[in-house]
Amino acid sequence: MMLPYNTLVVLSGVGLLGASAGLVGAFAVLRKRSLTGDALAHAALPGLCIAFLLLGERNLTAMLLGALASGVLGNMVIAALVRWTRVKEDAAIGTVLGGFFGLGVVLVTGIQHMSSTGSKAGLDSYILGKTAGMTAGDVYLILAASVACLAVVLLLFKEFKLIAFDGDFARSLGWPVYGLDLLLMTLVAVAVVIGLPAVGVVLMAALLIMPAAAARFWTERLGRMLALSGAFGLAIGVIGTSISATFAVMPAGPIIVLTGTAFFLVSMLAGTKRGVVAQSLRHRKFRRDLAERRLLRAALEVSKLSGNATFTRDDLRQRFVTTSAELERALDDAIRHGAIEPCSSGTYRLSSEGKLRAVEIARGHRLWEALLVEYPELASSVADLGSVSITPHVPSEVVEDLTARLRAAGEWPELAP
Amino acid sequence: MSGSLATSSTGAPAQGAAPATSQSDAWSAWWLLGGYAAIVAVFAAAWIWRAIPERDYPLVLGTMATAIVTNASCAIVGCYLVLRRMSLLGDAISHSVLPGIAIAFFLTGQISGLAIIAGAMALGVLTSVLSHSLHWFGKVSEDSSLGVVYTTLFALGVILLQSFASGTHLDADCALYGQIDFVGLDRVPVFGLELPRALLTQGVVLLVTVLIVGLLWKELKIVSFDPALAAAMGFRVLAIHYVLMAMVAGISVAAFESVGSVLVVAMLVIPPAAAHMMSDRLRHMLGWAVVFGATSAVIGYMAAFETNTTAAGMMAVVAAVQLGGAVLLSPQHGLVSRWLRNWKLSLRIASEDVIGQLYRVEEARAERRVDAEAEAFVRPQLRSLLERFAWWRVKRRGLTELNSEGQIGLTTAGREEARGLIRAHRLWESYLQTHFALPHDHLHEPAERMEHFIDPQLRDELDAELADRTVDPHGKKIPRDPQTDQQQA
Amino acid sequence: MPAVLDIHDITVAYQRKPVLWDVDLTIEQPQLAAIIGPNGAGKSTLIKAVLGLVPTASGSVQVFGQSVAQMRKRIGYVPQRESVDWDFPVSVLDVVLMGTYGQLGLFRRPGTAQWRFAHECLAKVGLESFANRQIGQLSGGQQQRVFLARALAQQADIYFMDEPMAGVDAATERIIFELLKELRAGGKTIVAVHHDLRTVPHYFDYVALLNVRLVASGPTEQTFTEENLRKTYGGRLALLDAAGDALQAGSARP
Repeated sequence: MMLPYNTLVVLSGVGLLGASAGLVGAFAVLRKRSLTGDALAHAALPGLCIAFLLLGERNLTAMLLGALASGVLGNMVIAALVRWTRVKEDAAIGTVLGGFFGLGVVLVTGIQHMSSTGSKAGLDSYILGKTAGMTAGDVYLILAASVACLAVVLLLFKEFKLIAFDGDFARSLGWPVYGLDLLLMTLVAVAVVIGLPAVGVVLMAALLIMPAAAARFWTERLGRMLALSGAFGLAIGVIGTSISATFAVMPAGPIIVLTGTAFFLVSMLAGTKRGVVAQSLRHRKFRRDLAERRLLRAALEVSKLSGNATFTRDDLRQRFVTTSAELERALDDAIRHGAIEPCSSGTYRLSSEGKLRAVEIARGHRLWEALLVEYPELASSVADLGSVSITPHVPSEVVEDLTARLRAAGEWPELAP
Repeated sequence: MSGSLATSSTGAPAQGAAPATSQSDAWSAWWLLGGYAAIVAVFAAAWIWRAIPERDYPLVLGTMATAIVTNASCAIVGCYLVLRRMSLLGDAISHSVLPGIAIAFFLTGQISGLAIIAGAMALGVLTSVLSHSLHWFGKVSEDSSLGVVYTTLFALGVILLQSFASGTHLDADCALYGQIDFVGLDRVPVFGLELPRALLTQGVVLLVTVLIVGLLWKELKIVSFDPALAAAMGFRVLAIHYVLMAMVAGISVAAFESVGSVLVVAMLVIPPAAAHMMSDRLRHMLGWAVVFGATSAVIGYMAAFETNTTAAGMMAVVAAVQLGGAVLLSPQHGLVSRWLRNWKLSLRIASEDVIGQLYRVEEARAERRVDAEAEAFVRPQLRSLLERFAWWRVKRRGLTELNSEGQIGLTTAGREEARGLIRAHRLWESYLQTHFALPHDHLHEPAERMEHFIDPQLRDELDAELADRTVDPHGKKIPRDPQTDQQQA
Repeated sequence: MPAVLDIHDITVAYQRKPVLWDVDLTIEQPQLAAIIGPNGAGKSTLIKAVLGLVPTASGSVQVFGQSVAQMRKRIGYVPQRESVDWDFPVSVLDVVLMGTYGQLGLFRRPGTAQWRFAHECLAKVGLESFANRQIGQLSGGQQQRVFLARALAQQADIYFMDEPMAGVDAATERIIFELLKELRAGGKTIVAVHHDLRTVPHYFDYVALLNVRLVASGPTEQTFTEENLRKTYGGRLALLDAAGDALQAGSARP
C-alpha cells in the first residue's frame, strides 16, 4: 500500500519530532524539570508574535527563531528570579509561564484585530497544533533541528549525564554547570519550538515527558533509556498521527498525547525492570518470605524455651509481633512448605525439615547481626533483607570468622537434641 | 565568659539584612497596602469617568467587579500553593479540569453554574490523587507524574470539547482565553441592581474560599510551614492537602469565565509571589496578594480597553509587571532597598573610619591640628565615590572643619565621637586578647570590623569585664567614656 | 506503671536494604536519653518510625502503654533544622505558637492564653525580644532555640529531638542543655539524636547506641563503654579517638 505523499510528509515530520523530543526530554525528566518544557512552550508565544509583527508575514523559520529567543529569555528570567530573590523555582516557572503567555495572548489578539486577511491561521493553531498543514520544507527544518540536537547530546553525553545525576559534584570539578544547564534547556526549547506548530502548546509538554517516563520503566542505564525514549517518541508520533488521520476530524495533538499516555501506562504496568506489576509481585513475595522466616525463627525459639515440641498461635504471637493477617498467611505458607505440621486442635510443631530450616534461618540471622557489628562498612554495602544468610555476599573467611566468634560466645544456634 | 554577652542581641548584622518587623511595622504594612489599592482605585475611577460613556458604567463596573472577585479567590489560594512550592500543581489542575467543563457543557449546555464547580473540585482532587499514586506506586518522579496526568486530562478535555462543542458558540479559543469581555452582558437583577451573573457566582466562590481559609487558618499554616511537625502532632496533612487541591480546582473552573483556563495559573502564582516579596507575615501576604490580584484586574481591563486586546492577557502582564516592581522596590526585600541599605551601612562605616583616622593622627602628633604632610598622608585614599561621600558627610555633620590653611581637622563634636569609636576598638582588642588569647597581630582586624557595631552599652559591659583596664594590648591609652568623665568632673 | 517508651522489633527498609533492623528499645522511666551512632545508622529514621512518619516493615511502638496515635497530645517533636523554609512569612512568636496547635481542636484559633504562654516559652530560651522578627533573620543558634521554645509550648511528656545541638555555638548548646535538664527535673523524658560523642557523658543519663541494629542501651555509666562504642562504630580509628576522649572526659567527672 503506497501512502500518499502528504501523509508521508506529515508522518515523518511528526515522527522525527517525537524522536527528538523524547531524546531531549529524557534529560529534563531526569533532572526533575519535566514541567519546564511546558513553561518554555508557553513562554515562546510572544517571540512568535513579535517575529510575525516584524516581518509582516508568516515565515516559519523566523517565527521559530523568535519563539526560541523568547523561550530562552524566559529561562533566563526564571534563573534570575531564583538566584536574586525570595521567589522559589516553582513560582518562578509559573510566573514566566503565565506572564509571557499573557503577553503572547495580548499580541495574538492585537494581530487578529489589526490584520485585514484572516491571518489567524498559523497563530490560531498554536494552542492545538495543526499537523495537516505540514509541508516538506517544515519537515526538512525539523530534520535539521533534530540532527543538531542529537549531535549536541552525543558530544556532551558524559557532561549531561553527570549534571543530571549530581550537579554539585560536577561544579566541584570545575565544569560550567550553569552554562551546561542553559544549553540543555536551550535544546529543550528547540525541541519545543519546532514541535509547536504540529502539536500545540500544552501537548508539547507531554511529548517531552511521556516517552522518557515510559522508557524509564524498561531499563536502568542512561544510554539505553535515551535510545528507548527516542524510539518511543518516534512511535508515539507516527501512531498518533495515523490514528488521527484515519478516524477523527480533530487536530492530531490530543490524539498523539493519548497515544503517549497509553505507552506510558503499558510501560508502567509491564516494564520489566521497574514496572508496577513486576515490582509489586517481587515485593509481595519478599514480604511473605520474610514473614515466613520470622515465623520459623519464632517457632524455634518458642519450642526451645518451653521445652515442648508443640506451640500455639499465641505462643508464636509472643515472639513474632505482627498483624493477625500476616501471621495467618505466614503460618499457611509454612504449613504448605512442609515446615510446620498441625497437631491436635490449635497446636502445631516444627517438622524435621522445618527444624533444619529454622536453624539455618536463625544462624543466618545471627551472622547478619554479627556482620553489622564486626564489619559495618561491608555490611552496609551488601545488606539485603531478602537474603537468608550472608554467605553469598561476603568472602568465606569472613563467614568462618564470624561463625567462630558466635560459637565462642555460645550464640550459635543448634538443633535441640 | 559573661552570659549576657553570649545572648546579647548586638553583633555585626549580615550585609543588607532586613530590619526587624515590629508592631508598628505591621500597621505600616496595612497602610502601604491600602494606599496602593486606593491609588489604583482613584485612577480607575478617573479613567472610567473620562473614557467610558455613562450608559456603559454598569457594564464596565460589573465586569471589573467580576474580575476583581475572581482574582481575589485565586490570590488567596495561590498563596498557599506558592508557600508550599506547589505552584505547578496549580498550573496542572487548572488544565486538567477541562474534561469536566466539556462534560458539563454537554450535559447542561453552558459552562457556568455552581454544580459544575463542584464537579471540577472532584476532578481537581482526582488529578492530585492520580499524580500522587503514580509517584507512590509507579515510583515516577513527582513532576513527571504530574505532567503525565494533567496533559492526558487536558488532551481528553480538548477532544471532548471539540466533539460536543464544535458548531456551537463555544469554541476552544473561548474556553482557553475566557470571556470576561462578555461577562457584563449576562445580568440578573439583585436588590434593584443589575449585576452580572458571573459576579454572583464568583462572589459565592470567594465567600466560600474566605470561609474555609478562616476556619482552617492554623491547620493550613502549620501544614504549609512544617508538615513533619504537623503530622507528628496528629494533623491530617493529606486531608488538608486535598482540601486545598479541591479549592484550586473549583476556583480554576470559576475563573474559567473571566480569564480562561490557560491564564488561571498566572493569577494563582504571580500576585502571591509578588506579595511574598512584600511581607513577613502570612496575614499581610494574603492581603497583598488580594490587592495585587485586584489591581491586575482593574489595570489589565483598562489597558486592554485602550489597546483593543484581551483583558485576560493584559491582567497576566500587569501582574508580572507588579511582581517586577515588588522585586525591585519592596521595602524589606527589594533589590533596590537592599542595595540602599548596603550603601548606607558602607557609608556609615567609611565615615567612622575617616574620623577614626583623624583621631589617631592627632593622637600620634599630640597636636590639635593636622599639618600638610599628614593631610597628604590621609588624602590619597579618596579614590572611590564612597570615600568622597564619607568625607563630605562628616564635614556636613560638623565633625570636621577646615582651618585657615585649608587643612582638615576634627571639631569638638567629631573628637567626642571618634573617642567613642576608638574606645570601642581598643576595648574589643583587649577583650580578644584576655579571653581568647589571640596574638597581637590578630587583634587589629577583628576590632576594625567590630568597632562600628559596639554601642555604648556594650562598651560599658566590656569595660566592666576588663576591670577598668586603661591600656590596650598595643600600649595605647583606652579613651574614657566622655559621659562618666563629665560626671566625675 | 507502663514504660515511657516501648519500641519492639522495628525494621525499616528502603527497597531491601535495611535502615533499621529489629530494633528493641525500652525506656522505663523519665530520662535524658541520647541516641548515638555513625552516619546513616538510622538514628533520625528511628524517631520518624516511632512517630509514624515513615512506614515500617515490621514492629510496634507504645508510649506510656498506648499507641502513638492515642498519645499524640503527650508527645513533642523537634525536627531537624534543615527541613524548614526560612522565607516563610511567620514571626518567631508565630512559630512558637504553632506548638500550641496540637492542644486546640479543629477550627479553633490560638487565644490570649496561648499568646501569653508562647511568650513565656520564648522567655525561657532567652529570645523574648525577638518575638516579632521574621524567622529568616535569626542566626543558627537562635533558630534552634526557637524550635525548642516551640517544643516547650507543646507541653508534652516525652520529647523526640533530632540533633537539637547540631550546628550551634557553645553558648547556645549550654543554654539548650540547661533547658533539657529543667524538663527532665520536671519529670519529662527527652529522647534526642545526638551528634557529638564528646558531650554525651556530660549531658545525658541514658544512651542508646544504634547502628542499623541496637548495639546497647541503658544508663550512660554502664552503657557508654569502649567495648560498646567499638561495636557501634566498628574499627574506625579517628572515631575511636573521639570516643576515647569522651570516655576520659566522662570518667574525669567526680
